[in-house]
Order: sequence, then structure tokens, then C-alpha cells
Amino acid sequence: MRLQFFLSEIGVGLRRNLTMTFAVIISVALSLALAGGALLANKQVDSMKGYWYDKVQVTVYMCNKSDATSTPSCAKGAVTDDQKKAILADLKKLPIVEKVYFETAEGAYKNYEQQFKNSPMAASITPDQMQENYRVKLKDPTKFTVIASAFQGRPGVQSVEDQRAVLKNLFSLLGGMTKAAYVVLAFMLTVAMLLIINTVRVSAFSRRRETGIMRLVGASSFYIQMPFIMEAAFAGLVGAAVACVMLLGGRYFMIDAGLKLQDKIPLVSFLGWDSVVQVLPLVLLIGFLMPATAAFIALRRYLRV
Amino acid sequence: MIRFDNVTKTYPKQNRPALRDVSLEIEKGEFVFLVGSSGSGKSTFLRLILREERTDTGLVHVLGKDLNRLSNWKVPHMRRQLGTVFQDFRLLPNKTVAQNVAFALEVIGKPRGTIRKTVPEVLDLVGLAGKEDRMPGELSGGEQQRVAIARAFVNRPMLLIADEPTGNLDPQTSVGIMRLLDRINRTGTTVVMATHDQNIVDQMRKRVIELEKGRLVRDQSRGVYGYQH
Repeated sequence: MRLQFFLSEIGVGLRRNLTMTFAVIISVALSLALAGGALLANKQVDSMKGYWYDKVQVTVYMCNKSDATSTPSCAKGAVTDDQKKAILADLKKLPIVEKVYFETAEGAYKNYEQQFKNSPMAASITPDQMQENYRVKLKDPTKFTVIASAFQGRPGVQSVEDQRAVLKNLFSLLGGMTKAAYVVLAFMLTVAMLLIINTVRVSAFSRRRETGIMRLVGASSFYIQMPFIMEAAFAGLVGAAVACVMLLGGRYFMIDAGLKLQDKIPLVSFLGWDSVVQVLPLVLLIGFLMPATAAFIALRRYLRV
Repeated sequence: MIRFDNVTKTYPKQNRPALRDVSLEIEKGEFVFLVGSSGSGKSTFLRLILREERTDTGLVHVLGKDLNRLSNWKVPHMRRQLGTVFQDFRLLPNKTVAQNVAFALEVIGKPRGTIRKTVPEVLDLVGLAGKEDRMPGELSGGEQQRVAIARAFVNRPMLLIADEPTGNLDPQTSVGIMRLLDRINRTGTTVVMATHDQNIVDQMRKRVIELEKGRLVRDQSRGVYGYQH
């Protein structure tokens, strides 16, 4: 009887306030989708940092024949075998260096070709324009300057490049977007909370006859308030479900189809479906608890015994 | 059953107290009329019994409990031992007669079997057998009040509070309602009824408590509506 009674009360309340219910569903859906999105963006940045920071290499580019005319540091011509050996020996001597890979000009060309195969840039480059290079793995990726100061300007060295510098802009862009998402999220959550509080008040007001009788015959606050709280929680849960669909759809359209970011930015390993799915229970939980709490707060002042 | 000890109650932003130093006792099984002009404090008196309001000074005891010291969460349980009837019936228009009565039991969590058994019984008692499935809008005023009384009595309360239950009814119908309240009183339920209906008070010859500007001015057993000098 009790359950059936609650369910019918909840149903009546939701139908009576259909427009407000929709407003709650939409605002909860948007704010939770944003929350989930921000969470995922954070995860993405973390995973990219993990991916790149593990493999980060300072690259020491050697001079090649064509650099002799175009680059001042290579005025003495292409790097010699002796110079290469000396550089390798010195690199290995440094305690902060973990590992050194040598990449030939042909190898560099192949990698380049692979990476930019869809781009007209690939056709404009020839193998002899590529530099031989040492890819250096550091024990501490932040100690780039030690390598830079030791090898920059050394005979045969064209340039020393911090691979992380290339990614810094991307990370700060993603970080900025995440922060912006959090600000919007804060506003959205406030709007959602206010909407829920207002909806619950309207709902309680439109049923003041019922609640008045309930008080008179001695219904406990639990019985009086529970239908309203469950009403808000139900609307919130529907909103959260919509948010989940938006997150899954968002990943699909941004990464796999539509924007096709995975194809456009092959260097980045994007979050898999598992990461998105992991966020969903949290979204549903917040979608249930937040409106229930808001309703409880709204009723504390409205429905006294 | 009910005891008022030097009760004073002033509403916020009002100079004159709604009740001023009222002391009285109502015993179990009594039938009491509460009379007085509008604004004399009758409603405040009833609201204090229902613990919709608390006293400023003085004590109100109902069913042996000091209502000033009764915590909020215990109030619902106290109210389950009271029944309440109003001038405006306060029925739910979208529920049938039986559903209106059942509602009072549902919201205090009574099992379905109990509800199925007691609702027809109480409807029979108030003389509405056969009208279980009517909507309140299809009933006369007197019948609607009977539904309200059924709802108030379905829980077999110790005390029935009636605030001008015949205020919206014609004299003929009012007599029927009074007979019903009298019958309920005879089952042992204490009845406290606020009223303006002179004929009823004079006919019933029950205890009469009169309030005037918040003061208790008359407490007379087997009394009449007013002094007729």
C-alpha cells in the first residue's frame, strides 16, 4: 500500500507540474553533462600527460648538409662521425639521462611521412632535409635545461628541442577549457538547484490541501515530504540519464564520427569508452542526490508539522 | 483529556492576546460547546489543542501530554489520537468518498487489509453506506460533512475537534450532523465543538464554554448559547 501510494503521489505531482519538471530535467541534464565533460577533459589531460611525459624526449638535432647555409650554428657544415660519437658519449655520461635513441635521417623521414601522410607537407620534404638526431629520455622530464645548456651551440648540433614545449600550449588550452567548464558548471548547478527548490515549492503549494489533511490526521513528516523529494529525485535521475546519453554521444561525435578528432590528431591517445562509462555512475548518483537534497531543503521551511 | 493552565497566546504583530489567562479542564467522554463571537479566541483554543500553535505562557495538556514539551517529531503521533472536522469539510475533490477516508489511513502507514476492513465500517456508521464510489462534488453539504467526520473518526480517536461543523449547513442537515456527533460521543470519544449555532447549543444542553476577547467568561454544564435575560 505504502509503495503504491507513494508512486501514485509522485506520478500525480510530476504530471501536474509538467513544464517545471521538464525545466528541471533539462537543467540537471545540461549541468551534469557539463560536469561529466569537465571531468573527462581532466582525465584526458592527465592521460595525455602520462602518455607524453613517459615518452618525452629531448631531441638533439644534428646539422645536415643543407643546414650549413641556412642555420648559423651549422656554419661549419654537416655533423661528422667523431662529433656524433662525442655527443653520444657525453649524453650517456650525464646522470639525468636515462636512455638515448639514435634516429637516422631516413628514419626521421619515414616517421614524418607516416605522421603527416594526409598533409601536403609530406610531399614538400625530402630525406636529405631531415636531421639525424638523438632522442633522449630523461629521468626527470623537467630537467630539459640541463641538456639544452650542455649541447646547444656545440659543434655539429643544429638545435636542442624540448618536446614538452610543443605540448604545453595544448595542455594549457585544455586546462583553460576545463576551468571555463567548471565556472559554467557552477552557474548551471545553481540554476538547477534554484529551479528544483522552486518546483518543489510550487508542487507543495499546489498540493497544500492534501498535505494539510495529512498533517491533521497525523502523517509523519517522512510521509508528507517523501513524495516531493522522490519527485525531484526522479526528475533529476531522468536528467542524469539524459546527461549520460549526452556524454556517450559527445565522445562518439567528437572522437569517432563528426569531428573525427582521432583521425585529425593521431598523436593524441583519446579516452576510451571505458573512461566515459566509469563517469556515468557518478553522474547518476549526483543526479539523484542533488535534487533530493534541494527538495529536502525547500521543504524544511515549507512543510512544517 | 484536555487541561489549560493560565494559557495566554498572542500572535506576532498583534497587541491584544488571542487568549488571555485561560484555565479549564475537559474530562474524558465530555461533549463541550465552545461559543463566542468571531475573534473571541475559539480558533486559537482549538489550534492549541491540535498543537498548530504553542502557548506564550501557561500549559496545555492533551491526552496527558504537555504540548509545550512535546517534540516536533512526536506531534504526528499525538494527532493520530485526535480527529478533526471543519466548516469547509476539506475533502479531496479528485478522490472518491472511500478514497478520501482511506487517505487518512494510508498516510499514517496502515496496512491495506486494515483499510479495506475499516473504511466501509466507518462509512456505514456515518450513514453513507452505498455511496463509497461517489465523488465529493456529487454529494450534498451534509453528506460531505459526514465523509469528513468518517475520515476524522476512522482511526477511532479519543478526542474529536469540530470547528463549526454545521456552519455551512441548513438547520435540517445540521440536526443530522449533531445526531452523528452525539452518537460518536456516546462511544466514549470526547467532542469539542466550536459553533455559532444557537439552536443546536440550546437543544443539546451540553457543557458550554464561552470566550470573549480571549477571556473565559462562562463555563456552564448543560448550558445554552447565551444568557437570555
